[in-house]
Amino acid sequence: MGNTSSDLSKKYKKVSPVREVMSLLVRNKAAMAGLIFLILLVGVSLSADLLFDYESQVVEQNISERLQWPSAEHLFGTDEYGRDLLARVVHGSRLSLSVSFVSVLASLIIGGILGAVSGYYGGLLDEIIMRITDIFLAIPMTLLAMVIVAALGASTTNLIISLSLSAVPTFARIVRSSVLTVREVEYIEAAGAIGAKDGTIIFSHILPNCIGPIIVQTTLRVAAMISNTAGLSFLGLGVQAPAPEWGALLSAGRNYIRDYSYLTFIPGLAIMLTILALNLLGDGLRDALDPRLK
Amino acid sequence: MAEKTIEIKDLVVEYRTRSGVVQALNGLSLSIEKGKTLGLVGETGAGKTTAGLAVLGLIPSPPGVIVSGEILLNGKDLRALTDKEMDQIRGDAVAMIFQDPMTSLNPVMTVGDQIAEAIKIHEGLNHGDALKKAEEMLEMVGIPRERAKEYPHQFSGGMKQRVVIAIALSCTPGLLIADEPTTALDVTIQAQVLEMMKGLKEKYEMSMLMITHDLGIVAEICDEVSVVYAGRVVEHGTLADVFDNTRHPYTEGLFNSLPNIENQAEKLKPIRGLMPDPTDLPLGCPFYPRCDHAMEICRTKKPPKVYRNETHFVECHLYNEQNIGDKEEKWR
Amino acid sequence: MSNSSSPLLEVKNLKKYFKTPKGMLHAVDDVSFTIDRGRTLGVVGESGCGKSTTGRAILRIVEPTEGEILFDGEDIRSLGKDQMRRMRTRMQIIFQDPFSSLNPRKTVSETIAEPLKLNGIITDKGKRMERVAEIMEIVGLAERLYNAYPHELDGGRRQRIGIARALALNPQFIVCDEPVSALDVSIQAQILNLMDELQEKMGLTYMFITHDLSVVHYFADDIAVMYLGRLIEKAPAKELFRNPVHPYTQALLSAIPVPSIHNQRKRILLKGEITSPVDPKPGCRFASRCPYASSRCHSEEPQLKEIAPGHFNACFLNE
Repeated sequence: MGNTSSDLSKKYKKVSPVREVMSLLVRNKAAMAGLIFLILLVGVSLSADLLFDYESQVVEQNISERLQWPSAEHLFGTDEYGRDLLARVVHGSRLSLSVSFVSVLASLIIGGILGAVSGYYGGLLDEIIMRITDIFLAIPMTLLAMVIVAALGASTTNLIISLSLSAVPTFARIVRSSVLTVREVEYIEAAGAIGAKDGTIIFSHILPNCIGPIIVQTTLRVAAMISNTAGLSFLGLGVQAPAPEWGALLSAGRNYIRDYSYLTFIPGLAIMLTILALNLLGDGLRDALDPRLK
Repeated sequence: MAEKTIEIKDLVVEYRTRSGVVQALNGLSLSIEKGKTLGLVGETGAGKTTAGLAVLGLIPSPPGVIVSGEILLNGKDLRALTDKEMDQIRGDAVAMIFQDPMTSLNPVMTVGDQIAEAIKIHEGLNHGDALKKAEEMLEMVGIPRERAKEYPHQFSGGMKQRVVIAIALSCTPGLLIADEPTTALDVTIQAQVLEMMKGLKEKYEMSMLMITHDLGIVAEICDEVSVVYAGRVVEHGTLADVFDNTRHPYTEGLFNSLPNIENQAEKLKPIRGLMPDPTDLPLGCPFYPRCDHAMEICRTKKPPKVYRNETHFVECHLYNEQNIGDKEEKWR
Repeated sequence: MSNSSSPLLEVKNLKKYFKTPKGMLHAVDDVSFTIDRGRTLGVVGESGCGKSTTGRAILRIVEPTEGEILFDGEDIRSLGKDQMRRMRTRMQIIFQDPFSSLNPRKTVSETIAEPLKLNGIITDKGKRMERVAEIMEIVGLAERLYNAYPHELDGGRRQRIGIARALALNPQFIVCDEPVSALDVSIQAQILNLMDELQEKMGLTYMFITHDLSVVHYFADDIAVMYLGRLIEKAPAKELFRNPVHPYTQALLSAIPVPSIHNQRKRILLKGEITSPVDPKPGCRFASRCPYASSRCHSEEPQLKEIAPGHFNACFLNE
């Protein structure tokens, strides 16, 4: 055939994967809404210091203005110490998002690698990894966190460590079971037959075909992390008062739920919208990454 | 003329999906006389299974829609029946066996109970009597009655297909629709099952619609054969008509695609191209894009039926009443 | 390179056992055969007879339990992981299921280019694209399908991708594991003709695994019949069809439905079904279904013996 290589590469140039996925994502309205919301949210939390001064607006108490319903002056109202709720929610987004994102990412990487190795190689290695994850699954997350905090002291870093540890087993299990299914499909055998090494097989053939359940689990986990952080903060194991954090705001507000429902409603809404946006984006991403759904 | 068990007239079925309207059946007609077996031959996507499901009223809806046509079972129009009346017909007057015996049985019920269940529903027997009849059925399909207490996983593939056949025959239906009943089985087991089906068919004077892609099986068990392409019968006749006096280029192509056991040296002559997209069928003859004899008229006009004799017809522009008898009879 | 008149593949006493909860499964049990250069050995048998496992064991996709595999004179069981990887560029496999044997997330060209890339055969991307386009043309895939995904294509085209992937490395030997079983007859004939042409053009040697006797009769030079992990008869294709000796081969041949209404052959119906090859009892594995079985068949295992030039048989009946 008269094709030269430059002809071919011009004719069949493959769009870069990122651009391809983006172009597909743009068509999915729900996923785009989620993405825009998340970008705004991250933008707000990054510029929190510019919007509200931490010392004077977030931490300092102002009893004379306590428990005011939302108004023009305080858009989200004030809490029981007279602090502006909007300022606290905005600053709280920093902690909530960073703690949950970082711990999910950490547990995804650790759990993902453990699960992939365990599922692909099987045998004794699989046995050992799975029994260890079983042990971790059997320990209640709160207890685990208490042990870690007792050993290392209460801090945001230790909170992230304990949250990550608690999620590693779930990720390991999910990735392992997907890997087990995909590993049996013939194209994995075919990859071995054309000389692919284990690493190529795992990262280029198996994991891309497990992406669906992994993405779903990741978005759900972020949601769980936000509420777990709240639970731990409530026990005094997580974020320390008076630092604002969505879960902590929510639990602080519950004493006033009858008369000042905005104190629980607003942080609750923030958590819910974030989770919703993540789920929409996650679903859209999963579909955009699947060539069969084009 | 003999009594017809089933008669389908000009059946049009569409699957209306998001990606387009799949024209599954485009005026399919067939009929089976009492005690006879009709082979419905065609490739994947030709509409064979849809035809079988239509008779049982089991076309998934949505997306399936019966647009027009008649389905007459023993002279009664099935399309006019209510769901409840249809339930009574299924299993009683018509039964169907599917390709995969592995998935047609309930894994947590004993084989005997599964056969008995069908008998209870249709014959109103109590459990004990139904179970006794179930054991008789098992014996009839060549499985010792003691095995009625066992579960499907304890049976091999061929045995499972026998159980499925026993369930289908438990209420002595007048018509059995068999959708590729032996495709999942090994050849020696297939031979056993076919032999058994042949015997049962004669014993019960049952009519049978044999849906298959295998012309060898048709030669084995059928009396007549309809070749289906893109939802229409393009050639129909007795075995002698179709096998020895093949007229339609598609039927010809099917025969030429098969390796010939008697003559190894002969090179395979495949049909070129692919089945047409069922959402976008050609205007004229659906086979013309793949046909070696295609003419201008094939592109624009649907071919009419041309009869070679009382039993044999083709839908192809190559033939008319004068020339259809011309071709010499060939010995295959 | 060793002597070109010696067989390309020589398998000696190949065994593959699997441990199962019920006992040791003898998937392939003491199988020996040779395949000459440029020839096709058809391996037939029913499900569970070990034909696919034999093919995979030869490529060491599953590791054989015992036995010797000489490829072009070289004992491939003694090769290390990396050496074996290099060896696989000379021996390839085509799979049965054109749906599950292709990674759904890779385009046609990515799938065909992968072996070239992984084995460092063509490192330049542009050159690799050229080569992929060339291979696509050889197997009859239109160039416009370059960036298509497998799910957009029909079974026949997908099988062509599978063949292209195997051909990319320019192998000498290809194990074809039921390559046409999942295809419609008209498409099946297209693929068989393609494989035939490729063999002629590239001097390929095939091991053609199938359950379909009419296909193997058309396609193979020699045929080996397997039953429950054992090779029970091997002969040139014509000879085997004209003069089948083993009772199982006879039954198998007679069971093929022939698309003709003038078929005079008498059918031999076997009793019972294939048993499982888990901890097989001593004696001939076909004995429980064999119409001619004697007490000897239940106690002693018949060995493969040459009964006529090139015709091997493992049955006491014809000794």
